[in-house]
Amino acid sequence: MLSIIVNKKLKRAVGSLSVIAAIMTTSATVVNADELGWPEKEELKFGFIKLTDMAPLAVAYEKGYFEDEGLYVTLEAQANWKVLLDRVIDGQLDGAHMLAGQPLGATIGFGTQSHIVTAFSMDLNGNGITVSNDVWAEMKKNIPHEDGKPVHPIKADYLKPVIESYSDAGKPFKMGMVFPVSTHNYELRYWLAAGGIHPGYYAPHKGDTSGQIDAQALLSVTPPPQMPATMEAGTIYGYCVGEPWNQQAVFKGIGVPVITDYEIWKNNPEKVFGVSSSWAEENPNTHIRVVKAMIRAAMWLDANSNANRPEAVKILAKSSYVGADEEVIANSMTGTFEYEKGDKRDIPDFNVFFRHNATYPYYSDAIWYLTQMRRWGQISEPKSDNWYLETAKNVYRPDIYAMAAKALIKDGLAEAKDFPDFDAETGFKPPQTEFIDNVTFDGTKPNVYLEQFSIGLKGDTVL
Amino acid sequence: MSKSVQAISQISQWDGKSMFTSLVSKLPTLLMPMVGILLFLAVWNGVAKSIDTSLGKFPGPTQVWEQSVTLVDEHNQQREKAATFYERQETRNAKRMAQDESYVPKVREFTGAPTFFDQIWTSLYTVMVGFFIASIIAVPVGILCGLSKSAYSAINPLIQIFKPVSPLAWLPLVTMVVSALYVSDDPMFSKSFITSAVTVSLCCLWPTLVNTAVGVSNIDSDLVNVSKVLRLKPLKHVQKIVLPASIPMIFTGLRLSLGIGWMVLIAAEMLAQNPGLGKFVWDEFQNGSSESLARIMVAVLTIGVIGFMLDRLMLAVQRVASWDKTSSLR
Repeated sequence: MLSIIVNKKLKRAVGSLSVIAAIMTTSATVVNADELGWPEKEELKFGFIKLTDMAPLAVAYEKGYFEDEGLYVTLEAQANWKVLLDRVIDGQLDGAHMLAGQPLGATIGFGTQSHIVTAFSMDLNGNGITVSNDVWAEMKKNIPHEDGKPVHPIKADYLKPVIESYSDAGKPFKMGMVFPVSTHNYELRYWLAAGGIHPGYYAPHKGDTSGQIDAQALLSVTPPPQMPATMEAGTIYGYCVGEPWNQQAVFKGIGVPVITDYEIWKNNPEKVFGVSSSWAEENPNTHIRVVKAMIRAAMWLDANSNANRPEAVKILAKSSYVGADEEVIANSMTGTFEYEKGDKRDIPDFNVFFRHNATYPYYSDAIWYLTQMRRWGQISEPKSDNWYLETAKNVYRPDIYAMAAKALIKDGLAEAKDFPDFDAETGFKPPQTEFIDNVTFDGTKPNVYLEQFSIGLKGDTVL
Repeated sequence: MSKSVQAISQISQWDGKSMFTSLVSKLPTLLMPMVGILLFLAVWNGVAKSIDTSLGKFPGPTQVWEQSVTLVDEHNQQREKAATFYERQETRNAKRMAQDESYVPKVREFTGAPTFFDQIWTSLYTVMVGFFIASIIAVPVGILCGLSKSAYSAINPLIQIFKPVSPLAWLPLVTMVVSALYVSDDPMFSKSFITSAVTVSLCCLWPTLVNTAVGVSNIDSDLVNVSKVLRLKPLKHVQKIVLPASIPMIFTGLRLSLGIGWMVLIAAEMLAQNPGLGKFVWDEFQNGSSESLARIMVAVLTIGVIGFMLDRLMLAVQRVASWDKTSSLR
């Protein structure tokens, strides 16, 4: 438009050929600015933890989506979540598969302080809680059965008598989760608290980051791939972890998954792709291109109602990615979940990578994590609703996601209907009701949400 | 087992025949190692079958052999992938050059995961660099300590304190210091490589230092007197008398150092997640697949064989460097 107007005016004024040629070049640069620029950094190294939900990274690499964006990406498995985060902070990694709580926790300074942002959610659901065979044998006595099979979802109410008998015998009931700000920590706590078991508070202002104040079940950190081995060694009696490490327990016959996070909170946000805020500022085009490639990977993973999942399983089973046996990974990736050995049930949405707008970074998701940090004392002071919103906006970057999605639509690789309506989207999911304890979560009112829990910090409470 | 018994009975048959006498006298040195290895394989095979882990049976020699073949296959597949990667990159670079004239094309290294053989190479390279750094520090300092009693008493307490420190204790410090000091936009070496190499150096400094010092201080007094009579300058004295005379001890130290460096490196790679054989072992442990244990066993044997070869290599170098070709080296 602009060039046409200028064109006309100038034609009237001068009308010479050379000027027209000059205008042609200006209009060409206008078009270019509208397009996504070349990546600032072409060689990238991303970290991941050996879990099936790193799949978007592996698929984007193996299917050449990163290369299509002119990016040369190296994927590297990390030892644990702390190492991974530290390496993103000190720049050894350009970005990484992260727990949703990690960018938030790091930004507000719980644990290592550093501003981390995310423009891409990697998946929904995908975790489970597993208990050891001994605990399961005790627990099973309390669980109602139908057709000889336990009725799901199994609430922590049935675990409570077991924990009580352990504490009567003087044995502390220990469970594993993967990281203090992990989804798994919050889910395990949510499930336990919903069953009347106190999972313990954190008090960072007093230097207590063990998270075991007043605890009836003592939770501690174990890296995901070591969960089964740690439980086998008797150090913990149960754990909450992502796949394939729950199914691994079934295959090895060392434990029984009792519940999936899908049943604790239907379609809960799980991992995100995190980068340091300084990296995001220095490499805006690269960031958008990375998100583009990962959106394509997520679409591929969910395409034609999971038709590509068997191929994805083959990719993930490579020793440089997840490396567990194919049949173990396939168990959950292809829409089923095996609880007790032989009790295999359909959970088509156990791993969601794209549908239900799984990849869009919702502010309300961020706020839910922040409410859980407050509930368990990781945020020790009371915070205003506005603080929750500002923090979420500081870390979650739907603006970058929207640019990537629009670029994909323009390239003809996706359709507008695949994404939320970017002009109307507020970043808040409508109030969510599908929690195991039937409490409603409204992301716009975090403090009201916290008031509804009988176990957990709320209001002005400070430990 | 049965093979080895047969072999032994064959030896006793041959014993009487005179033309084989000289051969037979050499046989035990050739045969006994074979007997040892065969016995080990038999015991391993037997024991492995009876160990049931949650990752399946403990791998026996056959499974380990199968996995070594798989590892070679994987390496070859990865090489093929690398070749197509470079082709794709070339066309992509050409395409971009056409669109964007200011673009300076660059050929990037293959981004695929390193194979077992890549990891071996990384480990070897790292240990050599670490060992080299340690040696160029340890030998001169050792000579200084050997020549001067006061220098020795000044440095000795430090040696005694740092010598027993485990690499795993150094590692966090080294990692943080390297991250803080080694800052560059286009680094020639990766940080993980520097960290591993420095950790190796810190741990393999000591045997060379101590042995050099002892070797130098115990030089035959006749040789020292010759140097005095000739009125050799200090540097000439070191070059012509001290170094040649203490070569055997220096090399004993270097061999010990290299051995320690190799052990330290594997541990450091495992803990710090630096590329190399240590990381291979750790990754396989984390994978927890039914093949993981066999693959780890392949790595264990490889680490052993490489350690052995490094030692033989140092021995060969020592033979060349030593002036006293008659001394017994083992």
